Amino acid sequence: MRRPRWFGVVLAVSLAIALTFLTVPVVGIFVGSSPADLISSLGERGSLDALWLSLRTTTISIAIILIVGTPAAYLLASRSFRGKALVVTLIELPLVLPPAVAGIALLAAVGPAGILGGAVEAAGIELSLTTAGVVVALTFVSSPFYVRQAMAAFAAVDRSLLDASRTLGASEARGFLRVMIPVALPGLASGMALALGRALGEFGATLMFAGSFQGVTQTVPLAIYDRFSTDFDSALALSAVLVALSAAILLAVKFVHGGAALGGWQAE
Amino acid sequence: MLGACAAIAAGCGSDDGGGGGSASTRLVVSAAASMKEALTACAPQFDKADDASVKLSFAGSDELAAQIRQGAKVDVYAAANTKLPDQLHTDGRIDTPVKFATNELVLAVRGDSRIDSIDDLTKSGTKLVIGSASVPIGSYTRETLAKLPPDQKKAILANARSNEPDVKGIVGKLAQGAADAGFVYVTDVNATKGKVKAIKLPKQLEPQVTYGAGVVSKAAQPGLAKKFVDGLTQGDCADALHKAGFGPVP
Repeated sequence: MRRPRWFGVVLAVSLAIALTFLTVPVVGIFVGSSPADLISSLGERGSLDALWLSLRTTTISIAIILIVGTPAAYLLASRSFRGKALVVTLIELPLVLPPAVAGIALLAAVGPAGILGGAVEAAGIELSLTTAGVVVALTFVSSPFYVRQAMAAFAAVDRSLLDASRTLGASEARGFLRVMIPVALPGLASGMALALGRALGEFGATLMFAGSFQGVTQTVPLAIYDRFSTDFDSALALSAVLVALSAAILLAVKFVHGGAALGGWQAE
Repeated sequence: MLGACAAIAAGCGSDDGGGGGSASTRLVVSAAASMKEALTACAPQFDKADDASVKLSFAGSDELAAQIRQGAKVDVYAAANTKLPDQLHTDGRIDTPVKFATNELVLAVRGDSRIDSIDDLTKSGTKLVIGSASVPIGSYTRETLAKLPPDQKKAILANARSNEPDVKGIVGKLAQGAADAGFVYVTDVNATKGKVKAIKLPKQLEPQVTYGAGVVSKAAQPGLAKKFVDGLTQGDCADALHKAGFGPVP
């Protein structure tokens, strides 16, 4: 079927507008900073501290998300029970919460004056204004990205594979580890990448719950905001690093999906 | 939507907001966030006396200054320092600014805190939150700490647990018990209605915190704008500022 010519023009113009609008700000980051400036700003102590802190907190939080989130997602994908829709909705809720709400919520829950604040303190754990608090904030905002994707990945696995392994005498735990995880791996990896991207960019909840202190709680996004009014060049340099990291994560997801993620209708 | 909003800059912040009679003259006032309570209280009286319709737009002084530089349609600019109005005047963006109020840097602690002077901040384990060096509250704080003996200054800064990008972050963390002490303006403490209390700093440590305002050069209503600025030093708005804890200009 041929589309009328004007419609093709509308499509092309729309794409051109979307592409320009979405890429010009990113291009601005790289045009605004010369490579030499970029490297010298990154050599600065505060920037290195922020990068190192972001790397550490993100890694720890992703590890926690994988260890707890994978079995949880498998349960949700493999069982049906009363109230499952509610459980899934509650788990997905942080996806749509504004970061500022996440920050307030964490303070109200595990902050010193929060509902569980006493218990946290009694356990000898200090969260607010500490690196551990950053990890809590990152985990809270980014885990739903992983769990959601992991659920979908497990649900898409052909049940007969698991059934076959069980017929051969393998326990469910063994089937989960040896069959389900390997088969669902591409989906799990892309869920991890999404969570990683969200954690790296986390700003509001971290600032409200953990504060901003160089080397302790000041992650890269907080360092960018801190430099915004006084040292725009170094804010640009740190932004450029985040753009590069995020692009690398996105490309990795596309690679894992073997190009399928690029989408498009196949020729019929 | 956000992008469009950013592109036309201040238009988004100052053009909306309801109220005011249709026949009255519209006056757009950009004021530092710390004056929100006071100016919101006195604006209706100004409206009534001058048959005007004052539109108040509150944000950080530096942000408001940037909006005026980008051509936002504003009549009055009132900032939390004198540096920004002076800079705008030098650049021909506002008429000669006037100093209209002072604020006071204080040590803020929770209502039930045992901390009662700046000397207590050196105790290890005290959680202190201060403003980041890039914002006015942070530079006033550093100015004050610089007047202390080097050992004391070092011990206090060693207890700093967060460099917040604005005063709200400091007060919020104090009120939530996440921090034990912080440096803020006395007016911010008054606004918490007792949750947080202020401890006065010794006279010799107090920085000079002076607020400045001016009529925007391209104001649509220069006469009315001048009247509003005058009203910040004398009249209902001046009274409202004093009630909120601001001091008169010496």
